[in-house]
Amino acid sequence: MQVSKFFGKTAAVKEISFQVNTGELFGLIGPDGAGKTTLFRIINTLLVPDSGTATVFGKDVVGDYKEIRPLLGYMPGRFSLYQDLTVEENLRFFASVFGTTIEENYELVKPIYSQLEPFKNRLAGALSGGMKQKLALSCALIHKPRLLLLDEPTTGVDAVSRKEFWEMLSVLKKQGITIIVSTPYMDEANLCDRVALMQEGEILQIDTPKNIVDAFEKPLLGIKAENKYKLLQALKKYPKAASVHPFGEFIHYTDQDDAPDLNTLKNYLINQGLESVEINYIKPNIEDSFMALMHTQTEVVYE
Amino acid sequence: MSELAIQTENLTRKFGEFTAVDNISFDVKQGEIFGFLGANGAGKTTAMKMLTGLLNPTSGSATVSGSDVYTQAETIKKNIGYMSQKFSLYDDLTAEENIQFYGGIYGISDQDLSPKIDEVLESVSLGSVRKQLVRSLPLGWKQKLAFSIAILHQPKIVFLDEPTGGVDPVTRRQFWEKIYQVSDRGITVFVTTHYMDEAEYCDRISIMVDGRIDALGTPDELKESFSSDSIENVFIKLARSATRGDG
Repeated sequence: MQVSKFFGKTAAVKEISFQVNTGELFGLIGPDGAGKTTLFRIINTLLVPDSGTATVFGKDVVGDYKEIRPLLGYMPGRFSLYQDLTVEENLRFFASVFGTTIEENYELVKPIYSQLEPFKNRLAGALSGGMKQKLALSCALIHKPRLLLLDEPTTGVDAVSRKEFWEMLSVLKKQGITIIVSTPYMDEANLCDRVALMQEGEILQIDTPKNIVDAFEKPLLGIKAENKYKLLQALKKYPKAASVHPFGEFIHYTDQDDAPDLNTLKNYLINQGLESVEINYIKPNIEDSFMALMHTQTEVVYE
Repeated sequence: MSELAIQTENLTRKFGEFTAVDNISFDVKQGEIFGFLGANGAGKTTAMKMLTGLLNPTSGSATVSGSDVYTQAETIKKNIGYMSQKFSLYDDLTAEENIQFYGGIYGISDQDLSPKIDEVLESVSLGSVRKQLVRSLPLGWKQKLAFSIAILHQPKIVFLDEPTGGVDPVTRRQFWEKIYQVSDRGITVFVTTHYMDEAEYCDRISIMVDGRIDALGTPDELKESFSSDSIENVFIKLARSATRGDG
């Protein structure tokens, strides 16, 4: 596909081109405003692109939208089920819209839906966040779609529930369903076969998570000291610093030189009054790559 | 001894039969960055509502910047700042108007407010967009503006509820630099987040499970006592032991 979508003057998606292979678990990784939702709405035929074309299983999103829709299961970013229907009524409703029944496709949703069945008579509006998420996924799956579109299913969800959700996705992938999932959590990229890193309507890079981190150009240092804020300030002032980013207990640092002089750096930090300084070479992760690729928003000038 | 910003003892809140917050006792020192973690439904929101004077406890005691949560809720509201990811700014007011509006709410006089507006816009590098509707600003800028507004009236404590959700990784880190700056000025920062790497930036963190505080300490202390190499793994170990679902 290659598509653009403008809202007024703003290009939400700018001439994006990519392919997703059948059976792939494909991630759209990027912050709010990257264009992930717009892209989903073009793929699911709810939004017509301003330019470019997109096909889903060989069918055109504009001309063949009626044929595409039954092939898709879509879980929007905002909870969009009927709050005043029960859990079971919601699922039955979505099944009937697509001309099927819960019973017919029960096996497919069972691993997820069985966790909700004890509450099947509860109103959807009264469910907890994690349970709403499971119900939404069940409703997106009940008509046995070939392509599942999941828009930020794990946003605002705690680390444990996020892990469980990704475990569910790998089960679905094994059943041959193609999945496109978006997330602002960079660490989730590693759970995808391939990812597109997106920012401001553009794709920064598209590849397997491994190839993306392997392409990180500079040697990366992980630096630690007693006082993190002081360390951060000292590193930012260091004349040879190229990038300085806090990463949990370490600060990730790249130097302007290809072979940074660790002794000079360490002495500099000690002279700045920092204690217990540790410097090690480390492997970059997806978030390092993303930050190296992205343009910083502070540079944007608004008229 | 450093002054305490927050002090709770056996703080409890029940809703009918359900104990949302179950006998929590902890202290937060003045100027500290305190990370308040827990799975969805562990009771964080209820605890925060009690500490910000929005909800009465069922039992136990708590003081926030020296004021009692039962009897001095209004004083507490004056002494704290609050920012949440879900609601913070008015989209159809400009950046400047938002500052004016909140300044008015906090009773800052026009005379004091006008230099403050420049100061705030300057501090978040938003001077050039002061006349723009907040709606048109990137999310990361909005969040920095919301944070500055939350500390406009120079509170002793600022509560940040998932302040960095959805923003790009660079902006997220810039936001934390602002948190460090604010804490350097002596303001206590009480923050919730789902990004486990951010937990490592806190001076101390607590982790709630089923309404209780099951772990409390510096990030290094917690990693050591749970024999884990990251806070994420500490969190997962604890949260997996939860018996109640998220609600």
